[in-house]
Amino acid sequence: MDIVLSAHGGGGKLTEELIQEVFLNEFDSDILNEMEDSAVLDIDFNKLAFTTDSYTVKPLFFPGGDIGRLAVCGTINDLLTRGAVPLFLSASFIIEEGFRLYDLKRIASSMARTCREAGVKIVAGDTKVVARGDADGIFINTSGAGYVPFGVNISVKNAKPGDKVIISGTIGDHGMAVLSSREDFTFDPPLESDCAPLVDIVNTLRSFGESVRVLRDPTRAGVAEVLYNISRASGVGIEIYEEKLPVKPQVASACNMLGLDFLQLANEGKLVAVVESSAAAKILEAIKKCKNGREAAIIGTVNDSGQITARTALGTSRILSRPVGELVPRIC
Amino acid sequence: MGTNQVLRSVNTELKIMEVCGTHSEVVSKYALRQFYTGRVKLVSGPGCPVCVIASEDIDLIIEYARCGFTIVTFGDLIRIPGTVSSLAVELARGKSIKVVYSPLDALAMAKDNPSNQVIFVAVGFETTAPLVALTIMKAKKEGIKNFSVLSLHRTMPQILRTLFQTGVNLDGLILPGHVCTITGSKPFEFLARDFGITAVISGFAPEDIMESIEIIRENLHRPSIYIQYKRAVSTSGNMVAQEAIKKVFKPCDALWRAFGLIKDSGLAIKEAWSFFDARKRWPIKPIHHKQALNKKCSCEDIMKGILTPLECPLFRTFCRPESPIGPCMVSSEGSCAIYYKYGG
Repeated sequence: MDIVLSAHGGGGKLTEELIQEVFLNEFDSDILNEMEDSAVLDIDFNKLAFTTDSYTVKPLFFPGGDIGRLAVCGTINDLLTRGAVPLFLSASFIIEEGFRLYDLKRIASSMARTCREAGVKIVAGDTKVVARGDADGIFINTSGAGYVPFGVNISVKNAKPGDKVIISGTIGDHGMAVLSSREDFTFDPPLESDCAPLVDIVNTLRSFGESVRVLRDPTRAGVAEVLYNISRASGVGIEIYEEKLPVKPQVASACNMLGLDFLQLANEGKLVAVVESSAAAKILEAIKKCKNGREAAIIGTVNDSGQITARTALGTSRILSRPVGELVPRIC
Repeated sequence: MGTNQVLRSVNTELKIMEVCGTHSEVVSKYALRQFYTGRVKLVSGPGCPVCVIASEDIDLIIEYARCGFTIVTFGDLIRIPGTVSSLAVELARGKSIKVVYSPLDALAMAKDNPSNQVIFVAVGFETTAPLVALTIMKAKKEGIKNFSVLSLHRTMPQILRTLFQTGVNLDGLILPGHVCTITGSKPFEFLARDFGITAVISGFAPEDIMESIEIIRENLHRPSIYIQYKRAVSTSGNMVAQEAIKKVFKPCDALWRAFGLIKDSGLAIKEAWSFFDARKRWPIKPIHHKQALNKKCSCEDIMKGILTPLECPLFRTFCRPESPIGPCMVSSEGSCAIYYKYGG
């Protein structure tokens, strides 16, 4: 058998075979292997971070990643940006009847690999099969839990005037990579999604204590939306230096051609950090030493204007507006 | 000497219009108005090919969608309001409406779905027309039976003539670099000859526009069509592309939002290709609705460069990108959407 049948969702023998063959084999998790109705987890901390996210990206496999890697990274990164140490994930699959088992295994294997990379374990899961046409291939939901180390207080409400804004690398890679693979644009050199867990960068930032005020991963709606969120939650303004924004030339020129703004494109392995001004240079240097942080840059300063503005290369200043509606659908 | 050639010293504020949506975006993105405060007033003209589509034409497209045709077009068009609905609303109701980046994708869609009649709604100025012409030629060569084109193409020279005939007061004009790459500078020479206007065909980097403004400033009293965008534009233009347009299209009168019917300002598909002309092959009449546009909407005056979006009473209050009232707020190349996005 090489495709998923509706009988695989029936809860009986075929369901068990599918779970065993695809998920248990790949995920290799002692807690999951017990096949209990819920996972019982040994924990020893008093602050828990908990989050959930659903993934519907199209195409399922894109340059630099796939829906499985995305589903693990997205949820882990949402834990990391609160300063948490991610530990456990759940994974739920809604699969369209007729989906190729080979592809399902590729997705499961990619999830397992990403979990190992990030040091987290999948401890709970679910599989449902729906009729042909009732879903588009596969949708995945993951929830994640982790502990927040004592004294860590990272929140979107913490930005203060004078703070510096850092981005951990080039902007808009994921959005443009998915868009281009969907529309069959090719780039030279090729463009890949940045999809990656942010574990190493966040672990590096831990040593800077309270100098790190806000962390946020600029996924859907991009850096522009994150800046807006920070501004509103902290009651501050932010000025961005347009010339300092790191962006790959392929992304910049494709944006020009298509009339898109790379600040509004999704990223899946990037971090926006608001840090205390006096520590900014050292923090930037530390991020640059991380595998996914080599192109990090200080891109702006927090002020008390209440507005998000961009300083252009000409020295003029303009509003940086919040994304409205859907720029590119089904990006994550 | 034309009516528009007002003799001024370089110390007074000059009023210069750009007539290309891409130029308008660059002007706002780099806050060039702020840079030129007190020296140059930059206003936007009718350069957004989507904004100028009349609501009657949107009604026609919606009627095709409701009759079961697959409508394929460029993204911005689907949000433009007709008199009672928009393509976006029809899409949400389950009508078959697809967005592509190239007319060739529409042809491929027709080939892949032989049981559907596909209508490609062609919008744009002289820049996109050659590609649509080539697509029609390809469809004929390959014998594709379920593909046709609704041409809503508009051409630049006549709308500019109309603009100046209605007496707009400008010191200079920044002409669209992409359109002129195809047409060359010749079709615009009447601007200098008949109206005494100094115009510059400009590139799209901020420094291109700044250089074009300087060229206008230096040549205020020497009206002519200057080419700043020399790396792409010549006097005669791209002959191959012009031939493609000529082979498939002929000039026709066209309805413009804000301007009304303008003689020879559009492109219709020639008789020889009428099998691919949706109007000829599928002649339907949309139900005519009374114009439901908000009376306070200033899009008409904004497209003529009389008002800026900031002077419209609906701007930012009732008219926003997520709930646009006028067409200039809908398309990303529309003046209002650009002002909203960048602040001016």
